[in-house]
Amino acid sequence: MHETVPRKVTLPKLGSRGDGVFRTVILGLSLIIALTFVLSIVLLGQQSWPAIQKFGLGFLTTNVWNPVTSEYGALSLVMGTLLTSFLALVISVPLAIASSLFVAEYAPKWLANPVGYLVELLAAVPSVVYGLWALFALKPLFQQVQLALYTDYPDLTAHCAELFNAGRTSLPCFVMPQVPTGLGFLLAVTILAIMILPFTASVARDVIRLVPADQREAMYALGATKWEVIRLAILPYARAGILGGVILALGRALGETLAVAMVIGNTPEVIKSIWAPTATMASMIANQFGDAQEGLQRASVVALGLTLFFVSVFVNLIARTLIVRLTPKGL
Amino acid sequence: MGVLIALGTLLVVAPLILIFGFLLIKGLGALNLDFFLKNPAPEGESGGGWANAISGSLVILAMAAVLGVTVGVSGGIFLAEFPRHRLMPTIRMLSDVLSGIPAIVMGLVVYALVVRPMGHFSALAGGVALGLLMVPIVVRTTEEVLKLVPLSVREAGLALGLPQWKVILSIVLPAASGGIITGLMLALARVAGEAAPLLFTAFGSNLVNLNPLQPTSALPLEIYKGATSAYDENQRLAQAGALLLITLIFVTSLLARAANRRR
Repeated sequence: MHETVPRKVTLPKLGSRGDGVFRTVILGLSLIIALTFVLSIVLLGQQSWPAIQKFGLGFLTTNVWNPVTSEYGALSLVMGTLLTSFLALVISVPLAIASSLFVAEYAPKWLANPVGYLVELLAAVPSVVYGLWALFALKPLFQQVQLALYTDYPDLTAHCAELFNAGRTSLPCFVMPQVPTGLGFLLAVTILAIMILPFTASVARDVIRLVPADQREAMYALGATKWEVIRLAILPYARAGILGGVILALGRALGETLAVAMVIGNTPEVIKSIWAPTATMASMIANQFGDAQEGLQRASVVALGLTLFFVSVFVNLIARTLIVRLTPKGL
Repeated sequence: MGVLIALGTLLVVAPLILIFGFLLIKGLGALNLDFFLKNPAPEGESGGGWANAISGSLVILAMAAVLGVTVGVSGGIFLAEFPRHRLMPTIRMLSDVLSGIPAIVMGLVVYALVVRPMGHFSALAGGVALGLLMVPIVVRTTEEVLKLVPLSVREAGLALGLPQWKVILSIVLPAASGGIITGLMLALARVAGEAAPLLFTAFGSNLVNLNPLQPTSALPLEIYKGATSAYDENQRLAQAGALLLITLIFVTSLLARAANRRR
């Protein structure tokens, strides 16, 4: 004999009034994150509006930065940003992958942990400290090399000086300094490469560790050497994740400010030599915003910030997509 | 190939050792009592210290921590405990995206948000800028640590008839507190070294200033000014300041890491 189930079951009400309040408070505070994002676009847009209105997209494709005639074009800064970042990646990516392979595959455990930790500390060094070190320790070295080039190739130096003055350049002149100050493009690239290394390295290390063990074991069982296992089983598997780490590092490089501002020379000119002073968008903001006149000049500096904002958002979204796609669910 | 990889790794680690060694040699001599107790001497004169920068960093970081912790931890709780809320994917994506915004751009945003309405630079503006930079880091670590707390713990609490808010606040959060505090320390260490967003927000001051509504200096700001200054004395102080800052950051990271491993 079984009881008849009453048609309406009244369950005790789950949750309490406290839950509603708690939920509202947490959601409200979390919405500050969304608000920060929206406010950033609104405030940057508002502040740079005069420049956007006057120059439009020409702001990014013309190359004058002249407060006297009130003309502002960011081409040399955009190029400075892209070239320094790209070259820094070219230098740092192989080193970052090497160090992550060392930590994940080669080193014995007693060595892998400290090395991995040192790489993480590299990410914790502040931008100004990198800049200070580059200024006081690297700059004199760079200056010596430049001076040697300057005096050892007097003919080329004279020839290039003529070309530089005419606003032109040629391939051999690209490695010749104009005036050996030590500051300039190459020093900025060097310090940037060091600064972004740990971002690629730590992502690469994590994805290399995610490569399933049976992938390696199968190759070893076939008699493959360690390097063959890395080249054929590990790197292809980790490719998307490593690329995500590289793009994350690119985002850092594009926005890196003070270390670059301290050593790049801050001259808004398209580079004629790898030793020549130039500027990036971020370094220009740091240098000019404080002194910029209210109005078009200040609006143009903020427009650089707005450009940087959108570029960073874009670069970041790509990096996240690549990393997320590779990471197995549940991790 | 193994040799090349080891060599590459050596190249990666070398700058860290070179930087720390350089700062030790150059900066240690200037780290005396005056450095902590005196304000900067007038340009070109010798002596003086960075009492203004050290106190300023403390004031600005305290305000940054208040903002970073309330918004960051709440964001982390929201992402981990309300995963089916329809705003959850948006908040997570925006938090991720914010973590990639260059610090200097955040400085411009806070300039427009706080400095312009107030009419002058202030420690408060610096604190807001650094706090907003902390938020995404805190959100991420809080979310990850909360997800490590087993679901059964929450279910046990709910089964006893506790409301959800009580389960989260008095069971889940305490269980995860170690990891959350580690994340907070790392986030604080990260923004403690930021100078770029302070250029147009806290701005700097040559005197000790504890009023959050007035311009205030900070360690990274003074390092930037000192390193680019033409005076030997300022450069010497900058090297000492960089040694102090980097040591504080390394010690914080070491402690956070050690605490993390013990659990």
